[in-house]
Amino acid sequence: MSLWIRGGRLIDPANNIDTITDLFVNDGKVAAIGPCNDESAPSIDAQGLIVCPGLVDLSVSLPEPGKHQKGSISSETRAAAAGGITSICCLPDTSPVIDSASVATLVQDLARQGGFCNVWPIGALTQGLTGSQLSEMGTLKEAGCIGMSNLRAPFENTRVLLRCLEYASSYDVTVFFNPVEHSLADDGCVHEGPYATRLGLKGVPESAETVALTRDLLLIEQTGVRAHFGQLSCARSVDLIAAAQAKGLPVTADVCIHHLLGTEADIQNFNSLNHIQPPLRTEKDRQALRNGVQEGIISAICSHHQPHETAAKMAPFAATEPGISALDTLLPQALKLVANNLLTLSQLIERLTTGPARAANLKTGSLGVGDIADICIFDANEGWQVSANTLHSRGHNTPLMGCDLTGRVKHTLLAGRPVHPPRY
Amino acid sequence: MEPVAESPQLQLTEQGQLRHFLTVEGLSKTLLTEILDTADSFISMEQQSVKKVPLLRGKTVVNLFFEASTRTRTTFELAAKRLSADVINLNISTSATSKGETLLDTLKNLEAMSSDMFVVRHANSGAAHFIAEQVTPNIAIINAGDGRHAHPTQAMLDMLTIRRHKGDFENLSVAIVGDILHSRVARSQIHALKILGVPDIRIITPNTLRPFDIESMGVTVYNRMIEGLSGADVVITLRLQNERMKSALLPSQHEFYSLYGLSADKLKYAKPDAIVMHPGPINRGVEIDSDVADGGHSVILNQVSYGIAVRMAVMSMAMSGQTTQAQGNNDTETST
Repeated sequence: MSLWIRGGRLIDPANNIDTITDLFVNDGKVAAIGPCNDESAPSIDAQGLIVCPGLVDLSVSLPEPGKHQKGSISSETRAAAAGGITSICCLPDTSPVIDSASVATLVQDLARQGGFCNVWPIGALTQGLTGSQLSEMGTLKEAGCIGMSNLRAPFENTRVLLRCLEYASSYDVTVFFNPVEHSLADDGCVHEGPYATRLGLKGVPESAETVALTRDLLLIEQTGVRAHFGQLSCARSVDLIAAAQAKGLPVTADVCIHHLLGTEADIQNFNSLNHIQPPLRTEKDRQALRNGVQEGIISAICSHHQPHETAAKMAPFAATEPGISALDTLLPQALKLVANNLLTLSQLIERLTTGPARAANLKTGSLGVGDIADICIFDANEGWQVSANTLHSRGHNTPLMGCDLTGRVKHTLLAGRPVHPPRY
Repeated sequence: MEPVAESPQLQLTEQGQLRHFLTVEGLSKTLLTEILDTADSFISMEQQSVKKVPLLRGKTVVNLFFEASTRTRTTFELAAKRLSADVINLNISTSATSKGETLLDTLKNLEAMSSDMFVVRHANSGAAHFIAEQVTPNIAIINAGDGRHAHPTQAMLDMLTIRRHKGDFENLSVAIVGDILHSRVARSQIHALKILGVPDIRIITPNTLRPFDIESMGVTVYNRMIEGLSGADVVITLRLQNERMKSALLPSQHEFYSLYGLSADKLKYAKPDAIVMHPGPINRGVEIDSDVADGGHSVILNQVSYGIAVRMAVMSMAMSGQTTQAQGNNDTETST
């Protein structure tokens, strides 16, 4: 199958390209960049549109297996395709968790059946995510897991964590961290700040993240394991990561889009749609995270997609499930950073493609000749309204419901094959 | 800029009348004064031999208590009965409703019984707010305590107590002593005192029981009793739950009493005519000494009797707001 993408503005940060040109896709790969030499060949008219590598999302919770009320792998990968995302790293928080080759294989099989998006599982670092016994990391890696994580689940003790890192380093496994010191987080549900105080909600202090992060960095230095920190939420975490990188530790980091745009004030009126973990923090934290993204200390922006059924949010704030459905809206939300002059368009695309691809060691995120043709074509200026009809995710738990967004994906190609809009 | 955690729209009608009573935050001085004035009028009624008024006749009030309470529930029940309402008491164990769906299901079931008002107590902050958002229009929600968030009728009966003993709020120093962190009463009191114009609001507490950035609510924090009580007109002590000793928040009951318990010795630092208040139930010898609780400065029992009047005031005002709103909606429907 071959296809020309004609007249678009090609932005490929990995190859330092930002120019208006045509691009030829053949046999699932980028075959040529330059003026189209075959007027009769099938083509996509991309005039006025941006052509960039398909987005890579490092943090997505998939509802299968085990959470069918929240959606399916098919529905959520369809949402990814509609959002211009061609690769997602899915978290092991399924039921059962991804701590065996069979579950890892099942997830990938279901994703392939849907065929909308590449799904790269992150395996559980400990069996059942219980924090007490090493998972079969070698087997999980064989079964396609691109890294291991204990998510926000606690370790029985620090020795277990150390053993996990030592073992992971033996097999060149990347460990994904979501640093949280549970004795300090203490079942809190929002940032410990003036809003938590007024609403009488239990707060998670910044130290719950930074104490764990500091410990993790010391153990990473001790073991030499390759590490990625996901969804940083506070200013001091950015400083700690910067210092570790300056020291030469093999450490990367991402931030989720919510923390770059929102603050603790968004929990006003007990708005449980903004109940997420880690919690939205202060204006100062948001600014520091934005600086971290600008400077490249944080090399990836993720959606932290967590689709939920309606009932999951129908309770008093602390009793609701944390998380926002965000695959559909990642790109237009991220474009707000460009509109606010915080990043150039090219920088933003880098943090949504090459940055995360490198952090997860994936062979995607660039559009050089010979690269796999995972491509997102979007209109940076087209507006659309978030509604039950426009969302593809089964999870309608987004605070953006009813909002107008700017930036709409027009075509998504997965290894050269159009996956959005769907061809019925 | 001062953080605003809640916008007042949910609990007010378009004309600014009360239709739910969820929190004191965001309400006007005029509205709080109206509550106090209405309560005052019910207090004078209590002197009469017939204590009932027909303001809620034919209405059904459901006391929906997901958390145990004797005093608050009883005073709400009495208040509703004095307003001639029919009252149903439901004590629902929290274990049966730990899931939000069940709370919503409970709610929908009660709605189906054509109730007019829910008085809600729940262990989760924001529960009353959530119910007010989800409930059918025309049912009034009165918050009888939600988590650590708010206990607005308690705060208003405290304001009534202060006004009846001190006249007005303009020149007062009010000290709130003890476990502020877990106290919905303290949060509502601070909002009410601020709105009513008290210039000097103090909290006296060790830093383990002090909510993060509580200063942003307009209070001065003191760690020591003598400094915090100096020259105070009103001293409010809060109940200290025994479980606080178990979670590394306080070393012992003994030390808490010696540092923060209100004894006659410490009370000497307050103004000679200072009043002493407590939302109850009292732990004698923990947060307050028996001599002080039963002494000449104490107005603790007055608080209880004012509680009925304040709850009558709030219930009748919210029901009236709901009625006006419903009529307004009907008018709009017929005119279009």
